[in-house]
Amino acid sequence: MKNSLKEIFTGFNSLVTGMRITLGQFFKPTVTVQYPHESLKMPTRFRGHIELVRDPETGKPKCFACKLCERACPSDCITVEGAKLDGAKKKSVTQYILDFTKCSLCGSCVEACRDGAIRYSHEYNLASTSKEEFVMDLFKRLEDEAKANPVPEAAQAAAPSPASPSEASKAEAAKPAPPAQPSN
Amino acid sequence: MTHFISNLLKLLATEPYRLVLFLVGMLSFVGLNAAYLVWVERKGAARFQRRPGPTEVGFAGLLQPIADAAKLMSKQLILPAGVDSTLFRVAPLLMMSPVLMSLAVIPFGPHLAAANINVGLLMIFAFGSINVMAIMLGGWSSRNKYAIISAARVVSQNVAYEIPMLLVVITMIMVTGTMNLNEIVVQQAGAFWHWNLFRVWVNPLMPVTFLIFYICMLAETNRAPFDMAEAESELVAGAYTEYSGMGFGVFFMAEYANILLGCALGTVLFLGGWQSPFGALSGVIWFLLKMYFLVFSVVWIRWTFPRTQFYGLLNLSWKILIPVSLFTLVLSSAMLKLFRA
Repeated sequence: MKNSLKEIFTGFNSLVTGMRITLGQFFKPTVTVQYPHESLKMPTRFRGHIELVRDPETGKPKCFACKLCERACPSDCITVEGAKLDGAKKKSVTQYILDFTKCSLCGSCVEACRDGAIRYSHEYNLASTSKEEFVMDLFKRLEDEAKANPVPEAAQAAAPSPASPSEASKAEAAKPAPPAQPSN
Repeated sequence: MTHFISNLLKLLATEPYRLVLFLVGMLSFVGLNAAYLVWVERKGAARFQRRPGPTEVGFAGLLQPIADAAKLMSKQLILPAGVDSTLFRVAPLLMMSPVLMSLAVIPFGPHLAAANINVGLLMIFAFGSINVMAIMLGGWSSRNKYAIISAARVVSQNVAYEIPMLLVVITMIMVTGTMNLNEIVVQQAGAFWHWNLFRVWVNPLMPVTFLIFYICMLAETNRAPFDMAEAESELVAGAYTEYSGMGFGVFFMAEYANILLGCALGTVLFLGGWQSPFGALSGVIWFLLKMYFLVFSVVWIRWTFPRTQFYGLLNLSWKILIPVSLFTLVLSSAMLKLFRA
C-alpha cells in the first residue's frame, strides 16, 4: 500500500516535470530554418561543384588552360579549351565544361591545379528536371557572375576602397573573346 | 429600426425559430472548432518542438483548415471490396451525431444553452458511449486486420475508462444534487474557491476527482497518451485505415468535437462554467477561456508524453483510477451524511 502510493506520487511528479519542460520549450524561439524562404550559409570548407577563381587584379579567370585538372579527373568530367589572345603572354581559358552528372567531388582537380585557379563553390541548390542542366560551362558561369558583381570578391575583401569601382570597370573592359560553342 | 430588431429577437426566441437558430449555431460552432482545433494542434505541436508550424496558407497558416477541408472533400470515397458497406458508411455519422446532440445541453452562458433540461448530464453520458460503438463498427466493417485490432482495443479501453469516469460523475451528482448542467454552474457562483474543483470542505479529494475526470476524458476521446485506437506506429491508422476523403474527415472532426465536449463538460462540472473567477462579470467569455485552456492542455499533454502500452493503460484504470474514484465516492457520501444531513 505504502509503496504503491509512493509510486503514484513519484509517477505523477515526473509527469508534471515533463509538462513543465515542454511548456518551457513552447515559449522559446523557433530553431528551424524555413528553407525556401531562408537558407543556411555554407561553411567555408563546404565541397560544392568546382568553380573558376577570378584574378583579384584583372577580374579575369586565373586559369590558363594548362589542362592539368582535365588529366587529374578520374571520371573525365572536365573539358578545358584555351586560346592565346592577342598580345598576351599566357593562354587564357575560353571554355571550361564540367559534367557534374559524373563528378564525385573527389577534389583531384583542385589538388592538381598549380595556380589555385579552381575551388569548391558553395552552391547546393542544384535540383533540375533535365540532365543537361548539370553539364555546365564554368567559364560562362564566371562571366555571368562578373556581370552581376563586377568587383571580384577577393579584391572586395582586400581593398574596400574607392579604387575598386575603377578596377571593376577595367575588368569589364578587358573582357576576353567569347567562348567557342560547347560541343555536346 | 431598434423596434424591428427587438421584435425579431422576440420572434427568434419562440419555439421553432429557437430550435433552428441553435441547430445552425451549434453546427457552425462545432464545424469551425473541429477545423480550427486541427490548426491549434498543428501550431501547438510545432511550438512545443520549436518549429513555426503551418505558415504558408494564409496569415500564420490560418487558411490551412479550409485547404485541408477542400482537399478531403475533393477526394474519392473509396469503398474497399468486401466491406460491410452499410456499417462502413454509417460509422462516421454515428461518431459525429452524438457529439452534436450532447453539446445542446452545455450551458455556454447564463442564458445561452440550446436545451436547459434536467437530465443534461445523464444525456451526455448516454450519448457519449455511442462514439465507442461508432469506432468499433468502423473498424469491424473495414475488413482490415489493423482496423479490427483497433476496434477491439477501443472497446476494452473505453469500457475500462467509462467506470472511473461515471464514478466521478456520480460523486459530482451527489455533491451538487442535480443533473441540470446550468444548475451545477449556478451553484458554483462566487469567486474561484466556490468552484467544484476547490470545494475541499465538501470532499478533500476534489482536485483528485478532477484529475481522474480529466484522465478519463483523454482516454474516452482516444487522445495521446491513450491513443491506442489510432496508434500510427503499430496500426497504420487504426479503425480509420480504410476510410478516405470525407469519411476520414468526419471521423477526424468528430475526434476534435469530442475533445471540445469533454473540455466543456470539465469546465461545467469543475471549473465553474461561465462563472468568473472574481465573482463578478460572469459570462460566455469565461466559459470559452476555461474550455480552451483545457483544450490547450490536451494538446500540451499529447506533445509531452509518449503513448502508453496497452497493459499500462488498463493497469492505470483498474489498479489506480477505479479504486481511487470509488474511495472519493465513499468519502464524499460519508461527508455529505455527516455534515449536511
